[in-house]
Amino acid sequence: MRRFASTLAVVALLSTVPLITSSNVVLNFLVVALLIALVGQGWNLLGGYGGQYSFGHAAFFGTGAYATAVLQVRYGINAWLGFGIGIAAGALVGALIGALSFRYGLKGSYFALVTLAFAEVLRIIASVAPATGAGVGTLIKLDLRPEAFQFQSRAPFYWIVLGLVGVSLMLVRIIEDSRFGAYLVAVRENEDAAEALGVNTTIVKLGAMTISAAITAAGGCFYAQYFLFVDAGIAYGPWISVEALLAPIIGGVGTVFGPLLGALVVKTLGEFAKLATGDAPGLDLVIYGCVLILVVAVAPRGIAGILSDLRHRVLAPKTAAPASLGRGHG
Amino acid sequence: MSRQFLPVSRRRFLQSTALGAAATVTGVLSAPAVLRAQGAPVKIGVLHPVSGALSYSGQQGRIGAVMAIDEINSAGGIKALGGAKIEPMLGDAQSTPEGGNAEVEKMNAASVAAIVGGYASSICLSASQTAARYDLPYIVDVGVVDSIVTRGLKNTFRFGPGFGVIAKTALDNLVTLNDQAGKPAKTVMIVHEDSAFGSGLAKLLNTQLPERGFEILETIPHPTPTRDFNNVVLKIKAQNPDLVIPANYYNEYVLLARTMQQQRVRPKGIYSVLGGAASSYKFVKEFPEAAQYIMDCNHWFDPKNPKALALKKKVEEKNEFYTYEVYMNYSCVLLLADAIERAAAADRAKIIAALEGSTFAGHVMPYGPTRFVNGQNQGAAPVNTQVLSNDIQVIFPASFASAKPVFPMPRA
Amino acid sequence: MLSPAILLAAVLNGLMTGAVYALVALGLTLIYGVLHIINFAHGALLTAAMFAAFFAHKLLGLDPYIAVVFVAPLFFLLGYGLQRFIIGPAAHGEDRNILLVTLGLAVVIENALLYAFRADTRTINLPYAFDVVEVGPAFLALPRIVAFVLAFAVALGLWLMMRWTDTGKAIRAVAKEKLGAELAGIEVAHIYAVTFGLGTACVAIAACLLIPSYYVNPHAGNAFVLIAFTIVVLGGMGSVAGALIGGLFVGVVESLSGYYLGESLGQISIFVMFILVLLFRPSGLFGERA
Repeated sequence: MRRFASTLAVVALLSTVPLITSSNVVLNFLVVALLIALVGQGWNLLGGYGGQYSFGHAAFFGTGAYATAVLQVRYGINAWLGFGIGIAAGALVGALIGALSFRYGLKGSYFALVTLAFAEVLRIIASVAPATGAGVGTLIKLDLRPEAFQFQSRAPFYWIVLGLVGVSLMLVRIIEDSRFGAYLVAVRENEDAAEALGVNTTIVKLGAMTISAAITAAGGCFYAQYFLFVDAGIAYGPWISVEALLAPIIGGVGTVFGPLLGALVVKTLGEFAKLATGDAPGLDLVIYGCVLILVVAVAPRGIAGILSDLRHRVLAPKTAAPASLGRGHG
Repeated sequence: MSRQFLPVSRRRFLQSTALGAAATVTGVLSAPAVLRAQGAPVKIGVLHPVSGALSYSGQQGRIGAVMAIDEINSAGGIKALGGAKIEPMLGDAQSTPEGGNAEVEKMNAASVAAIVGGYASSICLSASQTAARYDLPYIVDVGVVDSIVTRGLKNTFRFGPGFGVIAKTALDNLVTLNDQAGKPAKTVMIVHEDSAFGSGLAKLLNTQLPERGFEILETIPHPTPTRDFNNVVLKIKAQNPDLVIPANYYNEYVLLARTMQQQRVRPKGIYSVLGGAASSYKFVKEFPEAAQYIMDCNHWFDPKNPKALALKKKVEEKNEFYTYEVYMNYSCVLLLADAIERAAAADRAKIIAALEGSTFAGHVMPYGPTRFVNGQNQGAAPVNTQVLSNDIQVIFPASFASAKPVFPMPRA
Repeated sequence: MLSPAILLAAVLNGLMTGAVYALVALGLTLIYGVLHIINFAHGALLTAAMFAAFFAHKLLGLDPYIAVVFVAPLFFLLGYGLQRFIIGPAAHGEDRNILLVTLGLAVVIENALLYAFRADTRTINLPYAFDVVEVGPAFLALPRIVAFVLAFAVALGLWLMMRWTDTGKAIRAVAKEKLGAELAGIEVAHIYAVTFGLGTACVAIAACLLIPSYYVNPHAGNAFVLIAFTIVVLGGMGSVAGALIGGLFVGVVESLSGYYLGESLGQISIFVMFILVLLFRPSGLFGERA
């Protein structure tokens, strides 16, 4: 249980936020940041720990979002059940894409690009298919009852997404310490050597991808419940694929808290940029982009990398070697 | 180009960000207490997608809203509140529902009395819903999907028409137009953009056109953006419909029209419904030959209303184009100001009540009498325009018409 | 609808559009082939170049086909500078960081353009933009024919440059074996920057060829990015001939599937092709077997 200490501490701390502030601006901001952290954690498992960078995590996010929305709107299925089905659907899509890609040995940029292509295929289909409402999208009816997974106040939404993030943190921690996790990191560090040592790299990658997809799909299901409207661009658009990789890389790939840190930093940066530039269109994003580049320049292993460097310096100043192979490297 | 920043006051500085709001609420930094005295400014939220893919429309919408506010303020503000000025809180929806949502939260935290804008249907849907949590009045400026006003939200009002009304009006006028010209048109091809407004409209047209005696040869959806229309035009050329009905955004409409001109495709009429450029001064100015004789059924101002013409002059003096986002937002802000006057308070519930009973006539749109039912203005309607002699004239309905239609299109 | 005349016209349309895609992809494939980076800023650079071509016409009265003589070298320098002084140093050689840096650059460039020039769509109306050449049932617009011819010319020029000049050989050396090239005395950082510069110059040429028939606003270039990636993969990463042939091929496929499936659903063929190539022949038509 000790290994969950930091996770539980962080979650406990964050869960007090709605008790301290009643500002919906803050809560909404944090809900969105946590949502990105969740989606990013999914990406992180496959990309950070497994070394397989995906440019198409929108495929899983969108599947979760649409599954939840369409099941509720067209088939009257209960929202909570829909949530669960959405996660399963996302995992299935992940398994399928993974099976195809890994079976044909796609790696590195090729893998990244194929995931991008799959996400685009899904987007185009969703934009013309009657089932998803085609161009018009799917609108979930406003029904502020807990049974319908909608709440009058923002706080329950906050706690739910925080809970999901907490689960994802613990899941990644468990994987990190497990044999599966060791295999996954081995695949990241040197796939051929791992294969030579008897690791079934295809199965390992497939497993990681499926779990990764499930986590990201949960984010999609939550999005649908929170915003109540989904269309092809929202569900499968490049924006969420970018958010999914931005947070973990900034926060520190291959670390448990990387996506959470990254999401908070990136979203806060966006707010500061807006603050600094007033109402001029575009200027805030220029600042945002510049700072992004600067952050990458000064923190090549992400924020977690900086934190771990600091920790080494403080705890073991004599042997303050740069972080060794393992976490966050590669 | 000079950009005009609104001064960022300390209070706004604190309230306009999530961090500021957190700090304020937790009392870390306390804002001076604001006395609700006579003459204290009335804050309203002005929400538009001024960055991202929809930035042009957002920019134009903001211009219209801000102009209305400036006019009201220079004419003495809200008289019922002792000449209180309207203070706009500008928000950038960043062309996404999440962006719009976040801005609504900030505007609510800043205690705005109401919000105007949104532009895109997807943004309006999300933003108005969020505003509903706080019983914050939300006036949709453009967003045409019908679901905006069928959700039973008491706070949501739409001054302009939804696409159900637009489609019906477009078809009624088309039938009239066709009959008046001796029924030269029978076959139709629809070219529409494939997101909310285009798809929704196309669906309606597909059911209603055959009922009115037209034959739809093909319905062609296309994405926004589309890089090239040569094949679409090829299909039009191959099937030779009497009428082409486009429904899309500005850029694609221009590409389509130019490609049709290039390929010498000249149907008997181009009858757009919510055509992106068909009733756009920018398009007429930049591509006069491609624009000639194009008809549109779209949002438009009342050409016989001196206020509308005065606004047009003002906008053009600033070197902007007088686009529908401008005068629709202008009218919405005037509508809101009138409601605040009648409510005699910057109180959300009172403003909602005032809007519900509004019969506001001081706008610049060619609408029937204002009357809100379930948040939809029943008087709202599109009009038909046609590009004639390098100018845009209204051809239907007769009460607002400034010219007679030319149909079918004369042979080049 | 299946008449051979229409089919021919659709194919010709596809070839014309494909030629411009090829030019955009040419820059991308060069950058990928040598630097092994997926350049997220490509679309934004295309947009910036289109603005340059637009203003060259609006302020200086330069026809885009003449402006290209100035715009292309200007963008070469821009690309060189970006790689040498921003992307290279900021990324510390990590692939994922290069990704984020080019992403950040894309955001900066696009929004700087928005801030500076606002969101209005700009077009230029050239007197010959509506001139057409009749080829059977198809009316081919003059600017598109010019673009088609020039795409071949640029591709040929680039190929010759890579084959016969010292810089070209250095580039190929770095692409093939970076360490060896470095040991042989080639300054890799400089070559990287030159390559990025060349890629950006290609995109600038594409921009000048696009502007007579298309439009520009701060987001205009984004529409071409994904299709450029498809072409790069199809043609083989790093192959000039591959980008050209791939571009034409993708143009034709897009055209035909757009014709038969509708413009919206038709786009799916591009990505399905993308996936199939990646699964079954990732090195592309002309790329080296991985």
